[in-house]
Formats: sequence, C-alpha cells, structure tokens
Amino acid sequence: MENKNDLQIKKFKFKNITDNAGFSSFASAMMAIFFGLVFGFIVMLVASPPNAVAGMKYIILGGLGRLGDVFYFATPILMTGLAVGFAFKMGLFNIGASGQYTMGMFFALYVGFMWDMPDSIHWIVAILSGMVGGMLWGLIPGIFKAFLNVNEVITSIMFNYIGMYLVDMLIKGNGTMYKSTTTRTNYLPLESQIPSLGITGTNVNLGIIFAVLIGVIIYIILQKTTFGYELKATGFNKFASEYAGMKGKTNIILTMAIAGGFAGLGGAFAILAPSGISGSSMTYEPINMIASAGFDGIAVALLGSSHPIGIIFSAIFISYIKRGGTLTSLVGYKPEIIDVVIAVIIYFSAFAAIMNSGLSRIIKSRFKNKELSHIEEDEPETTVKSKDDNTKEEE
Amino acid sequence: MDTIYYLFQNMLPVAISLLLVALGGMFSEIGGIINIALEGIMLFGAFIAALFVYSVQGTDMSPQTILLLGMVVAAISGLIYSLLLSFAAVTMKADQVITGTSLNMLIPAAILLFAKMFFGSDGITTNVNFYIREVHILGKIPVIGKLFFQNTYLTVMIGLVFLVIAVIIFYRTKFGLRLRACGEHPHAADSVGINVHKMRYAGASISGILAGIGGFFYSVGITDGNVNGHTGVAGFGFLALAVMIFGQWKPMRIFFGALFFAFLRTLAYSVSLIPFLSNLGIDQTYYKMLPYFATMIVLAFTSKKSRAPKAEGIPYDKSQR
Repeated sequence: MENKNDLQIKKFKFKNITDNAGFSSFASAMMAIFFGLVFGFIVMLVASPPNAVAGMKYIILGGLGRLGDVFYFATPILMTGLAVGFAFKMGLFNIGASGQYTMGMFFALYVGFMWDMPDSIHWIVAILSGMVGGMLWGLIPGIFKAFLNVNEVITSIMFNYIGMYLVDMLIKGNGTMYKSTTTRTNYLPLESQIPSLGITGTNVNLGIIFAVLIGVIIYIILQKTTFGYELKATGFNKFASEYAGMKGKTNIILTMAIAGGFAGLGGAFAILAPSGISGSSMTYEPINMIASAGFDGIAVALLGSSHPIGIIFSAIFISYIKRGGTLTSLVGYKPEIIDVVIAVIIYFSAFAAIMNSGLSRIIKSRFKNKELSHIEEDEPETTVKSKDDNTKEEE
Repeated sequence: MDTIYYLFQNMLPVAISLLLVALGGMFSEIGGIINIALEGIMLFGAFIAALFVYSVQGTDMSPQTILLLGMVVAAISGLIYSLLLSFAAVTMKADQVITGTSLNMLIPAAILLFAKMFFGSDGITTNVNFYIREVHILGKIPVIGKLFFQNTYLTVMIGLVFLVIAVIIFYRTKFGLRLRACGEHPHAADSVGINVHKMRYAGASISGILAGIGGFFYSVGITDGNVNGHTGVAGFGFLALAVMIFGQWKPMRIFFGALFFAFLRTLAYSVSLIPFLSNLGIDQTYYKMLPYFATMIVLAFTSKKSRAPKAEGIPYDKSQR
C-alpha cells in the first residue's frame, strides 16, 4: 500500500513537469536550437571541413568573453522580439518589425540631432520619439487589417521597404545627421545618448534594463489586465471573442500600434547608444537594406514562444550566439553563419511544438507502461492537459 | 515615342519575372498553401543557376543555350527548395507563414556566407550576354517588332509560353480543377478520393519551379547576371504575392497585374531619362517607393471582396471536420 502511494507521488511530479506549458515550450525551443546548431555545423563542414569544430566552439563559447556586447546587441532584438511576440498573442504576424525599427531609429536620431532641449531629458525624449515612430509604422498596417481586411503580412512587408527607402533618403538629405565622407550618420551629441552602464570597452547601456523592464510590464499587462485578456482571447478565437462583445477592430489597431512602438523603441535603443570608444556613438549607414533586427525578432519571439519572459531569455541567447558567430571569422568563416542558424531555428520552431508533443507522448506512454495500475484514473486528465498545451503552443 | 519604346522594352523582362513568380504563388495558394517563401525560392534558383552559368561561361556554348539550361537548373533548384516548405506545411502541419519566413531568411545568409568565403564578394556575377538586339525578321515588323522583338531577352518569350501553359493547366485539366478543390474545401476533395497531401505537394512544387525560373529571369533581365545576398531580389517575391492578390488568383488577371507593377518599377528606375518627370525635380527615391505604395493601394481596394482560396493557410487534417 505504501509502495503504491510512493509511485503515485512520483508520477504526479513527473506529470507536473512534462505537462507544464512552460516546460514543453522550453523543450521545443531547445529542440529547435539543437537542430539549428547541427545544421550550422553541417554548413560549416561543407564550407571548410578542417575548421568546423573550431568554428562551432566559437559559436557556442565565444560570447562568454564579450558579455557586455551580448547585452547591448540583445536590446534591440529583445524589443523587436516583443513586437513580434505581442502581435502573435493576438494572432497577427508582425513581419514589419524591421520597418518599425528603422522608423523608430530615424525618429530617435532626428530628435537627438535636431531638437534643442535641456540636457537631462534630451535622451529620454529621443527614446520616446523613437517609440512614436515605430507606433506610426505599426498603426498603418493595423488600420489596413482592421478596416480593409488587407493581410497584415503583405502590408508590413511593403512598409518595411517604404520605411527603409524613406529613412535612407531623409538621412542622406540632412547635413547635420549624415556625414558623406564616412557614408554613415554622425556621432550623436553626448546628451542625447543613453547613459552607459560603465563597463569599459563595450556598448552596454541603460537600454537593456529598460528593455527587460518593458518585457516584465508586458507580462503583467497580458496576465492581469482586461486588455491583455481580450487580446489573448481574440488570438485564440476571433469569432468567439467578437461574439463576447470584444472590439476586435480596435484591438487589432491597438495591438499593431503597441507592437510597432516596441520595435521603434528597439531602434532607439540601438542607435542612441554610446559606443565602446569614448565620445563616439553608434552610427547608421543608409545603404537601402532592410534592417535585420526585425527578422531576428521573429526568431526571438518564436524561441520564447511569444511569452514576454521567454523572449527576454531568447533575445539574450540569440545575441550570445551572434557574438560568438562574429568570432568564427578568425577561422575563415563569416558572421552570416549565425543568420543561417537562426533561419533554421525558426524553421524548426514552426513545427517543433508538434514534434515535441509527439516525443513527449512516446516518453509518457513508456513511463505509463511501467505503472499500468494508475492509467485508468489519470488518463482523462492527461489528455485534457496535453490538449491545452498544444493550443498554447500554437499561438 | 522612343521613350515609350524604351519603357516598354525595359518593362517586359521585369513583368515576366513578376508574372512567373506570381503564377507560382497562385498554384501554391489554390492548392491551399500560402507561399511567403517565394522571395527565398527566387533567390535560391537565381543563385544556383548563376553558379551554373558561371561554371560554363568560358566555353563556346551559345548564350541562348546557356539561358535555357540555366532555366532548367533554376527550375530544379526551386523545386527542391520548395520541398522544404511543403514538407513543413503539409507533412508537419506547421505554420506556413513562419516556415516561409525562415526560408526567406536562410538563403540570403547562406549566399553571403558562401560568396564571401569563396568569391570574396557579396554574391556572384556572371558575364554571359543574354541580351538580344533584334530578332531576325520578327524584329522588322513595324510597331510590334519594335515593342516585342528588339532590345529584349529570350526570357520574355519563354515567360509568355509559361503563361499559356498555366492558363491551360488552370482551366482545362483535371489536375487544375482538383488542385483548386484542395484549396477551397480539402475535406470535400478528400471525400471523392483526391489525395489532398499529394495535390498540395504538387501545387507547392509547381510554385517552386516557377519561382526558381522567375528568380533566374530576374537576374538575367534586371540585374545583368548579378546575384547577391544583400539586395537579393529586392522584394520581388512579395510584390509577386501582391500581384497575385491583385489578380484574384486568376492567371490572366495576374498577367495584367504584373504588367502594371512592372511599368511602375521601370518608370521609377528611368526617371532621369524621361524629360517630363525629371523636370519635376522629385527625389528619385519617391519613385522607388512607388511600387510598394501602389501595392498598398491596390490591396486596399481588392482585399475587401477577396476571392482567396478558402482553405489556404490551414493545414489539412483528415480527422478534423
């Protein structure tokens, strides 16, 4: 009798872990990362066999020596990750984070350079205007989606291009912002830069702290407010939430605007940063290229399964392997290897959830075979729970 | 009058590239798979075909033979790449938009990686001249000859042939009808014995073939044989999707949509050659934004009563009714 109780406790614990939504999304993220790294390794093997092991070592361990930069480069993709993940919660695919990011960056730059302000609040205003820029660029696809039923994916891609061309043109046409000899933007005045965290030799600044705080705030909004609830409800079932009296159209526009605001903040955090060399700041080169931060944001959001806290960690992870990736050039590879890895991670995270539930089903059924006596009473609960997990992961 | 000829002659290669890719998107979507990955497939096809052209460009093969062989190479590589999409979308029932996005991201990164490692540049440039100054006899026909058979590429004629084939497949074959059924109501199609998974694989594969060829034609007719990872195909895959929606998933309407967008783009890049427009003194960047703006406006007017395949984007699951 005692023995049976023991088993029950043990089993209860095991189920607690594997059936937890957090665990299974963590497991599927791990699986996606694993496949991504394996594929990256294969690509490196094809490209240059003798250096593949050394290159992989750099990718996995290289970030450790440059943690300050890891956090700096995590900031913008954390924000774009939130921009994508937040819209995902509502069932919208915000592929336009790149354009929103670029727009936010431009607004922040413009205020940083052109507005005359008291030194103490200049950088704060610059950050906020970055948010406004991003919001604007998120708002328009939102309006198109809500009122004209235009697929937000296509609109936001078009706005990526429009934003990119527009910003590059405006920057190139502005003598204060653009320095034609370096074909990059000038260094920002000191008072419009975000204060550094004081770690020498790196770009890390207050931005990462703001970004993490924003992530936590979004978590609270999603979990504790009516708006967050409506948002998630609409994401689960558009028609049911409409029937329940939620204003679908307003929420779509609001969600896209907020998501755009996050991406815009990402652009502001990225460009308003002081660089490692004192007196200088980060610069932007207008060469008609779509910002990659937006696409990295998709990877970040998917890896973190659109959960704000998960996104914080996945942003740091992606930034970490990116730093490691730049080191692979020491053995003859190029930093783009990481973009390959990230693309593969996204590919697999799109169906890792399904593979994962298949895998956990196998594990569970094996576990159960050993404890046949308990199956009957626990079976219904298991199925209900696992169903719940699946729907959560598909957000 | 010369300006009009010039615009028209330059517009056709652009239009054909858009047309093929948009037709590809159409075949995928009427089967029920949203193919956001068109951009990536185009670039993959263009790059592999460029590698092929690069490897044979020293030999005494005639340019037009190389073009045809390159087209086959591009078609095969596009097909292979699209299998990644269909595997995820059909077999794994994954989210099609996310998978497509990842496929779009993979190729530019891979091209940059390999090109930087092996060519020391962002991409690959071939120097075979596919340009046709004037087609024998046909080029002599008064107006039409000048419009279609002078300063052109073989790609234009091939593209028009593909359009005819697409129309026939779409309206006149059992396959076309079945494919459309799979996109509209896969359960109904399944109930009469059509293998929905197979049909969807077929639809996505056709789109891979057409997008691969479209990508190669893009590099031939628009970038003069340069394929690089930075600019890629400049959003043509996405423009093609817009063209497809504009064409309401019908081949002939897609053709006119492609002509319209190609016209806008050609206009944007030849502003300086048109006295009337260059006198206006508007920054050329505005013209470059024009096709994207036009897409937005067109979509705003067409999406409300959209005739999109009903089951597109939804993985087919036999057990769900």
